[in-house]
Amino acid sequence: MIPELGHFALWLAAMAALAQAFAPTVGLWRNRDDLADLAVPTALAQGLFTGLAFVALAYAFIISDFSVKLVAANSHSMKPDMYRFTGVWANHEGSLLLWVLVMALAGVAVALAPATLGSRFRARVLSVQGFVSLGFFAFLLFASNPFERLIPAPTEGVGLNPLLQDPGLAFHPPLLYAGYVGLSVAFAFAVAGMLENKVGPQWARATRPWIAGAWALLTLGIALGSYWAYYELGWGGWWFWDPVENAALMPWIAATALLHSIAVVMKRDALRAWTLLLAVAAFSLSMMGTFIVRSGLLTSVHAFAVDPTRGLFLMLLMALYIGGALTIYALAAGRVAEGRQFALVSRETSLVANNLLLSAMLGVILLGTLYPMALEAMGGAQISVGPPYFNRTIVPMLLVAAVLMGIAPWLGWKRSATGHLARRLLPASIATAAAAVVAVLLLDVRGIGAILGFAAAAWLGAASITILVRRGLTFNSAGMALAHLGVAVSILGATASGALQREALVALRVGDSVQMGPWRAELMDVRPVAGPNWTAIEATLYVQRNGRPVGTVTPQSRMFIAPAQETTESGRTGWRMGEVYAVLGKPDGSGRWQVHLWVKPLVRLIWIGGLLMALGGVVALGGRVRALALRRRKLVTFAEPQAA
Amino acid sequence: MRSLAIALLLAVAAPSVAEPPPPPDVPLSDPSAEARARAVMSELRCLTCQNQSIADSGASQAQAMRTEVRTRIAAGEDPEQVRAWFVDRYGDWVSFVPPAREDTALLWAAPLLFLAIGLALVARRFRR
Amino acid sequence: MARFLWLIPLALFAGLFVLMFGGLGKPQQAVIRSHMIGKPAPEFALEGAGGRPGLATADLVTGKPVLVNVFASWCLPCAVEAPQLQALKDGGATLLGIAVRDTPQNVAGFLAKHGNPFDRIGLDTNGRLLLGFGASGVPETYVIDGRGIIRYQHIGEVRPEHVQMLLAELEKAK
Repeated sequence: MIPELGHFALWLAAMAALAQAFAPTVGLWRNRDDLADLAVPTALAQGLFTGLAFVALAYAFIISDFSVKLVAANSHSMKPDMYRFTGVWANHEGSLLLWVLVMALAGVAVALAPATLGSRFRARVLSVQGFVSLGFFAFLLFASNPFERLIPAPTEGVGLNPLLQDPGLAFHPPLLYAGYVGLSVAFAFAVAGMLENKVGPQWARATRPWIAGAWALLTLGIALGSYWAYYELGWGGWWFWDPVENAALMPWIAATALLHSIAVVMKRDALRAWTLLLAVAAFSLSMMGTFIVRSGLLTSVHAFAVDPTRGLFLMLLMALYIGGALTIYALAAGRVAEGRQFALVSRETSLVANNLLLSAMLGVILLGTLYPMALEAMGGAQISVGPPYFNRTIVPMLLVAAVLMGIAPWLGWKRSATGHLARRLLPASIATAAAAVVAVLLLDVRGIGAILGFAAAAWLGAASITILVRRGLTFNSAGMALAHLGVAVSILGATASGALQREALVALRVGDSVQMGPWRAELMDVRPVAGPNWTAIEATLYVQRNGRPVGTVTPQSRMFIAPAQETTESGRTGWRMGEVYAVLGKPDGSGRWQVHLWVKPLVRLIWIGGLLMALGGVVALGGRVRALALRRRKLVTFAEPQAA
Repeated sequence: MRSLAIALLLAVAAPSVAEPPPPPDVPLSDPSAEARARAVMSELRCLTCQNQSIADSGASQAQAMRTEVRTRIAAGEDPEQVRAWFVDRYGDWVSFVPPAREDTALLWAAPLLFLAIGLALVARRFRR
Repeated sequence: MARFLWLIPLALFAGLFVLMFGGLGKPQQAVIRSHMIGKPAPEFALEGAGGRPGLATADLVTGKPVLVNVFASWCLPCAVEAPQLQALKDGGATLLGIAVRDTPQNVAGFLAKHGNPFDRIGLDTNGRLLLGFGASGVPETYVIDGRGIIRYQHIGEVRPEHVQMLLAELEKAK
């Protein structure tokens, strides 16, 4: 019964989306306010019914109702409670339901937030959101119904891919989707801005918080995904330039560029058309990313829940939304003047340079990801474009960007003086030189890339801290400096964990130990252990550094029961932002176990940097919230004397 | 391809006829040779996996490829020769480093090309 | 000129769309064909198994084309293709086997159960010879001409519809 109610709620939500899409459109066209005013209640209804549908599906998963086909195919009664719940979105239909849920909630948020651009504009934004939701509801209801029954119901489910039975699954997809869908708000604002001819500083001020929020969520989602892959896939890497990773990175880069260019629209009313294009592109790339992940178009290590048969439907949706938005763009962008001029040395120019670098990176990643497919489609050779290509092309651009990011915040708008730069950047310059010297002399780093990495991290980190410790710090500049500091911290983590890494591949008997520089690991024990739905062989290694205990690592080789599948679970222990990472291999038949050990200094900084970036986005949002609160208070104080 | 899919299905359906696990890796005794071998491994693509390098894969054939890499490095071949040996047998697909040829010119030119296009657009704006 | 510029994003997307549309429904796993076609078979010499003498490169250079079948006792499709291999033998082909990552006992057991169409069998204990042929998995079947040049590669198991085709490839290699 509950699944049928969920199905029904999904239909109601789709109807609400239909009304949300068309009523305001007709209302705005015919100047019928009663119809336009339907935008808010329909958005709220869509949120409510989608929420109910989601609860119904989650309920079916939690009670293991195997008469629901989706539950039977993806769950198992012996699965721990938490994974029975997170299993809701570890499959195609459920993740799509999560997607429309987040989208509906974004609509609710827009409906409830103050309509700073007027109720007409809000109705337009909500109708665009309704249109986008509608297509995904149609996809759910006609091609991926999550509530489909299975008769007769099996007594047991198939189970969930063991790699997904991890806390990472609880947070990574929802955060990523919240980020993607948050960008749909920016998309709706852009389309509404073009249709209503309202693109300017006001529009930018209203749009920017949505972008900052979506960007922060996307940053968290990607950082978490990277961390998850790092400890779960079990070979110590944290970024593989895999198509699925690139699919998430591309909208993030577009959103990053957008976040910077919209500041130019907001402060100086310039770069309007370019900013609109980025707003459209960011969400379009999100949709494309989801499509690539779901359709199995490109071969990926992360491709779970792949279903090529539904690719066509998703493609048509994409054509409709992206094609539609870009057609509106082609028609409207000519009308949107590029705005005011600025001098070569100015904050605007530095932001243009930022956008130039980010766009080039985006282009390279897009091209590299699709090139093998395109070449083969044209009858060319089968090639692979992998990490070596992306590292050689993207990393240099990132380093250039890091240098600019240190300077740009000190430049003034419109036309900047340069006299103060030398003094302001003195701490960063000293830090850069110190970092290079330490890397070469003390850490014995020889690779030019690694030395540049340390230097860039020091430069950007010191420059950002210089801003943070200044007096009169605004929310906006604090957020910016925090996010930039986050980039510096991530660069430091990535450089140090790569350049200073130690690795050993050894066969050990219990009691044997292995030495890696100052590090020493001793195999204490190998024994069987049992979990809720798996059994494992677990090794215990005791790790010391210069004779002092650091901790123990317990890598496992796990055998899951349903579905029957073997996985390796890495064993890790922390040491000052770094990690000792161990993977247990096979026995060699003579009582020795193969152990793969890594020492990765500062590796945790990679994700801590991601957290800092997201935090920066949230702080920048805080400025907007405070401004709104201040304005409301002002309105109240103006209103009171009149009332008295 | 269909036959491969069926083969996969059959392999999954009958776990009793399992492929024997690959033997453990034996690293080269010379650490610098082992490091060179690792570098090559991380840039060769596993044939039976989904977008993984042979350094990261647990597949039997990846293990055989690692052994081949170590043997060749130990015999004194340099990393480029080892890579070329694999490319001779499996084509460019097996290397994660795309070749530098006419058909990949756009790929390798992309970073500078995109920056140049962007600069041209920006310059147009400044002139106006 | 300016109006044309605004159409560029749409045009780029249209291009992407066509590319992705074309890629839709293609198999996930790429089939990597051997690049050894037209080149001499690799140098090797393997121990025998299953009551057959061992296999070496010289055994491929006999002046008449042969089929080299890569198989393993643990490989299920290899059992599926056994009747077709027999049919190929009955059709006049010389079959030489390479048993991959296998043991003599298991190979003997496999052949006892599914039949032994091979004149010679080489035991490739660590799977390295597979790399020499540019093979991407098991089973595969190669046509080698009388001079020891690899002429044709068949990926996956030999199904009934492939028998005539392989015999024709053998004929072509003469």
